[in-house]
Amino acid sequence: MAHTQELRTLIARELPNLDLVLAWTGGFDPLSSTPLFITTEADLDRLAVGPMHVQNLAAYLPSLKGRKVGIVTRGCDSRTITELLQENLINRDEVVIFGIGCTGAVNIRKVRTAVNGAPVTDVEIGDDVLTVTTGEETHALRLQDVLMDKCYTCAGQAPRMHDHMVSERSGCLATGETPPSSLDLLEGMDARERFAFWEGHMDRCIRCYACRNACPLCVCKDSCVAQSRDPHWVDQSDTPREKLMFQAIHALHTAGRCTECGECERACPMGIPILAMKQALNRRIKHLFDYEAGMDQESTPPLFMFRQQEETIKERDAR
Amino acid sequence: MSTARFLKARDIAPWLEELGREYTVLAPTRHGDTVVFREFEPERGIELDRLSTTPAKKALLPPCETLFEYATTKTDTPPYRTSIELRPTLPEGKILLFGTRPCDARAMQIFDRVYDGEQVKDPYYTARRNAATIVTLACSGQAGTCFCDRVGGSPVDATGSDVLLTPLKAGYVAEALTEKGMELMRDTAFMKADGLRQEALNVRNRILEEVPERTSFLDMERNLLSLFGDLGFWDKTAESCLSCGACTYLCPTCYCFNITDEPHGDSGKRIRTWDNCMSSQFTLEGSGHNPRPTKAHRMRNRIGHKFSYYPQLHDKTLACVGCGRCISNCPVSFDIRNAVACAIQHAAANAQEHAHD
Repeated sequence: MAHTQELRTLIARELPNLDLVLAWTGGFDPLSSTPLFITTEADLDRLAVGPMHVQNLAAYLPSLKGRKVGIVTRGCDSRTITELLQENLINRDEVVIFGIGCTGAVNIRKVRTAVNGAPVTDVEIGDDVLTVTTGEETHALRLQDVLMDKCYTCAGQAPRMHDHMVSERSGCLATGETPPSSLDLLEGMDARERFAFWEGHMDRCIRCYACRNACPLCVCKDSCVAQSRDPHWVDQSDTPREKLMFQAIHALHTAGRCTECGECERACPMGIPILAMKQALNRRIKHLFDYEAGMDQESTPPLFMFRQQEETIKERDAR
Repeated sequence: MSTARFLKARDIAPWLEELGREYTVLAPTRHGDTVVFREFEPERGIELDRLSTTPAKKALLPPCETLFEYATTKTDTPPYRTSIELRPTLPEGKILLFGTRPCDARAMQIFDRVYDGEQVKDPYYTARRNAATIVTLACSGQAGTCFCDRVGGSPVDATGSDVLLTPLKAGYVAEALTEKGMELMRDTAFMKADGLRQEALNVRNRILEEVPERTSFLDMERNLLSLFGDLGFWDKTAESCLSCGACTYLCPTCYCFNITDEPHGDSGKRIRTWDNCMSSQFTLEGSGHNPRPTKAHRMRNRIGHKFSYYPQLHDKTLACVGCGRCISNCPVSFDIRNAVACAIQHAAANAQEHAHD
């Protein structure tokens, strides 16, 4: 609470110099949250931060280019801001970053599945347990088991850059071993099993493109090849093949740019584990170029440039 | 006149399996962490404990429907005439939609006015509609995102259903409401249960008593229309929207479609697929002009259509059944209830202001 109050004070001080500040507030039930667009001090009363306020607010930044925007940011989401700066999609002098020390982000879908989709009436966060009340029943879930994928590979709880910082909070909800990810599961499969895996999951895809629109780095939005008639790479029939084709395009377009913020998978109303495709490509990028997206504002993403001889690809030596 | 039967919970799956010989049976089943309507198969089981993630509308309006198939042939000597052969693909066969909720069933009547009205009869829709029998399960209560009571429905509403199931211990009382429903019930081996009618009614009344007293969204057509020119309001309302299609595709009442030709070499098909008014392409014209260029314009249309334009055209019936799927599945938890309530309030405030002019 003191943490939130401090954040409110920081924002209130800066607000007169800003068009708006991006933060979070509570959603339709105790497990949900929604982005809050702060323009007046009165809006600050609704501000809330915590492990259940999970949207990556940096996704709004490119569409707000040209306005002076404040943004509340945790460590992982600051990697998105770095990547957007690297790609000149936003201007640093138009963004004011309010950093928070993150303790971990809850994977809301995992929690809802754990309580069998029952309406949630109360949620309490303890040191390592999330207590979820659904009517008369109470479920105690180990926080370690219900965090977002990115928390297990967290590269830093505080943002990599900030203009204002809420006093560091200690503690991290990710304690102990990393549970296996969808990618781990997929890598244990042969090609046929893997194809069956995607065919099964894509069967329920409704082609809403929430994955694309929530992705902070998917900036073609209104001229996406998924709906283009010329080129006609994806047709509109609802077969797993066409749906998977789009996912492959999305993953390839974000290779070496994706910071694995997990918005695509979090946004998917059908719970399809599409982050795994981006993770797979990022592993290749790391292996081929020794590069991770959104870590250094001065570097150029590997697929944005051409070198005759890549340092980590010994193509000539192999001959 | 009608027929009531008692369906033991454990007998439902074998019954649906048997009906599968005569009908295409669609029922809610688990798919990953979600629940979707799809063709019933015993090994998939059936999930009746919670509202399905996807609505039942695909039974009447499939996400992708082939309107016709075509093949072109060219003569191989001059003057190389091209001829085209069309093969219509009208839907055939009976459909049983089992386990819809009252909101989903009510939505079917919203489609009827559009696709099976006096002016226009869509042959694909009407073929499916006439062949469909809808068995609805009354809800035992409302979830946090439910608001059927605010849009003219209720957790036990039978509008649009052929059979209504009321949950009792260990099973359901099934009451036929239409000719189609009676036909379905007459041919079953389930126990006759006319004696349980009163008990079922009592259960439904108890469920209704639990529904809270809340403001209604009915009769707001004019108020909402008065906000049409207030783009500032819609800008504010839509600010967090990502312009994806989760809300429209999971909406049981959204019925807009796109038509495309999908060629493969010399042959192909013309398909009709769900379309989404939150996408900028929805109104993009051939000239490049877009009458709804921002998400504010599109949000105004989505809310306006459901709560103002449709009810003005169709006897004040809202094009929203209050299932709450658009709220619970939105990536940014956009709450249409707040948006409509805000709009009504805002319109009233504007009216007040003008009264003083």
